[in-house]
Amino acid sequence: MQSFLRKCAERLETGAPLNRQEALRIFVEADLLELGKLADGVRRRLHPEKIVTFVVDRNVNYTNVCVSRCRFCAFYRDEADADAYLLSQEEIYRKVEELVAQGGTQLLMQGGLHPQLGIEFFENLFRGIKGRFPEILNHSLSPTEISHVARISGLTIADALHRLKEAGLDSIPGGGAEILVDRVRAEISPDKIGWEEWSEVMREAARQGFPTTATMMFGSLERSEDIVEHLFRIREIQEQGGTFTAFIPWTYQPGNTELGGVAASGVEYLKVLALSRLVLCNIPNIQASWVTQGAKLAQVALYFGANDLGGTMLEENVVAAAGCSFRITREELIALIKGAGFAPAQRTTDYKIVQFY
Amino acid sequence: MISFDSITDKVRTGRRLSDSEALFLFESEDLLEIGELAAFANASKNGRRVYYNVNRHINYSNICVNHCRFCAFRRDAGEAGAYLLTLEDIRSRAEEALRQGATEIHMVGGLHPDLSLPCYEEMLRAVKAVSPRLHLKAFTAVEIDYFSRISGLSLREVLLSLKESGLDSLPGGGAEIFAPAVRSELCEEKISGDRWLEVMEEAHRCGFRSNATMLYGHLESHSDRVAHLSRLRDLQDRTGGFQALVALPFQPLNTQLHSDRNLRAGGVDDLKTVAVSRLYLDNFNNIKAYWVLLGEKIAQVALAFGANDLDGTVVDERIGHEAGAESPRGMTRDEILRLIGSAGKEPVERDSLYQEILSR
Repeated sequence: MQSFLRKCAERLETGAPLNRQEALRIFVEADLLELGKLADGVRRRLHPEKIVTFVVDRNVNYTNVCVSRCRFCAFYRDEADADAYLLSQEEIYRKVEELVAQGGTQLLMQGGLHPQLGIEFFENLFRGIKGRFPEILNHSLSPTEISHVARISGLTIADALHRLKEAGLDSIPGGGAEILVDRVRAEISPDKIGWEEWSEVMREAARQGFPTTATMMFGSLERSEDIVEHLFRIREIQEQGGTFTAFIPWTYQPGNTELGGVAASGVEYLKVLALSRLVLCNIPNIQASWVTQGAKLAQVALYFGANDLGGTMLEENVVAAAGCSFRITREELIALIKGAGFAPAQRTTDYKIVQFY
Repeated sequence: MISFDSITDKVRTGRRLSDSEALFLFESEDLLEIGELAAFANASKNGRRVYYNVNRHINYSNICVNHCRFCAFRRDAGEAGAYLLTLEDIRSRAEEALRQGATEIHMVGGLHPDLSLPCYEEMLRAVKAVSPRLHLKAFTAVEIDYFSRISGLSLREVLLSLKESGLDSLPGGGAEIFAPAVRSELCEEKISGDRWLEVMEEAHRCGFRSNATMLYGHLESHSDRVAHLSRLRDLQDRTGGFQALVALPFQPLNTQLHSDRNLRAGGVDDLKTVAVSRLYLDNFNNIKAYWVLLGEKIAQVALAFGANDLDGTVVDERIGHEAGAESPRGMTRDEILRLIGSAGKEPVERDSLYQEILSR
């Protein structure tokens, strides 16, 4: 094992990619600190400047109505449920206004697969946002939503993306990826698009010049092999012209869900994070998830391959619905980056530095 | 010239680290390398075994004549939220603990203005009356010193009298940080570090085992931490009475310190502190990752940084939670087993004296 790890370390040093077998062996057999040291080595090579970035953003969940009914989700409601909601445009503008007032640069708008909301709803909304807040970058609608909107509007993915772009959509978040292996998806989210359609939306978004991100939700029913497969599928999309700026692994939160079970532990999170850094040599940034892991572990994650702490998230509802409600202020975020020995910097969605602290 | 290599060499050959070497490690940013070294030191003592126990905390009162600035638990007598458990309360909590399979009661409280030594002895007897098999770990050195002052008895007399009433061992609280300048800012009314060590030395001489703690992440420097650990290591050389070191990160919420400064140890500092404690305290067998204050996630990760003990089920923790600890108030055995197992370690249920409990 030691000589195998040494060989992998030498290869990674030169930027050579791991293959699936190597990645799986490292993931299953290496201990936490061995994995961490390999990932930290890659992080140092890709980000030698010792800067850790974050974006000031707000998650606006325009609706919780969703026809997908994923078994791991505590957020969705049926249209007829008492606590189903759809935000009005005015409510959304007010939320964006608060974001602007706090120096935010990114709006992350995601909701559910609402049966009534077609392309015109989003065109209208995005135009309204762009007109009022031209300085805000609109990073919205996961591939799952885009696919749904295209379908109920009778459009191809390409046409839907094109029209959304015209209306002011700037960038596409990588939600809904869960585990990009259909056997797992069939168990945790049977009515959600399969891995190939998720990929196709991201490929088309890249062709149209959208920056994108990729995520993975792990800790539900997947095996180690599925985690590895997910990472390689992301890497392969990127190789074929993908525009992923960042990869964000986070853990399934079992509270209030149909699927139930227990959350992945801190050690499991750090191992997956580190493996992501090792495999995804063609994706520049790896984000730590303080939303699911808390501030303390997110700080430690900076030694396990992460170089970005995601957003300050003035608002977050989806993870909170599953009983996980870590909150963090910008000041705390800055303090924890400094405390780990890095220089904190606020960035834009496309990773341009706004300011150092 | 101290270097990471020279320290590695010492650790690998089982030689003791100096104070300046411990300081070097605290100042270093090589978190994972320090962790690996600490994991080596731990493995050579404990292998893959990680201890836990099934215990229950009982905080008999939050009324305290001291006003430590880092504490969110204390109340004045008569203040809203002030409480003193009755003997019946204590008994019923101990009974519940016994039913849930607890082997230990951890009982601490504040320095109550009105109770006398016999009152505390009655608390001990109330627990022991539930079951003599419940190990009673109770009263910090600060409380023991207070009992001596209110009773006019010597430390030794107090300790022996408590032993008579059922006290089995002492927790390690109240050590905070020994450095006098910081201590007077944090808790000027509390006994000095010298006195804390004196109480512990006497307790060890009376045949009690105890824990040792260090409260960090407030106003102290790295040198203060090393000086603190150094005093503990010296006393351990003399008595061998400490079972475990528990490094406690300061929790700022609802304390007087928080309004002064926005302070809180990060996970990196937590792990480094565990690791340096393991490396420097070569005469301590056990380094505890106290999940209540570290959070379950960091406590679990700490098992890869030299810790070999996760503490216990706790059930009803109050002191850390009043100050904003984000962990649950208690954990089940299954949750603890899962944390240890998914860290790749072997869980071992222990009793309060670190003997393995083989079957239940």
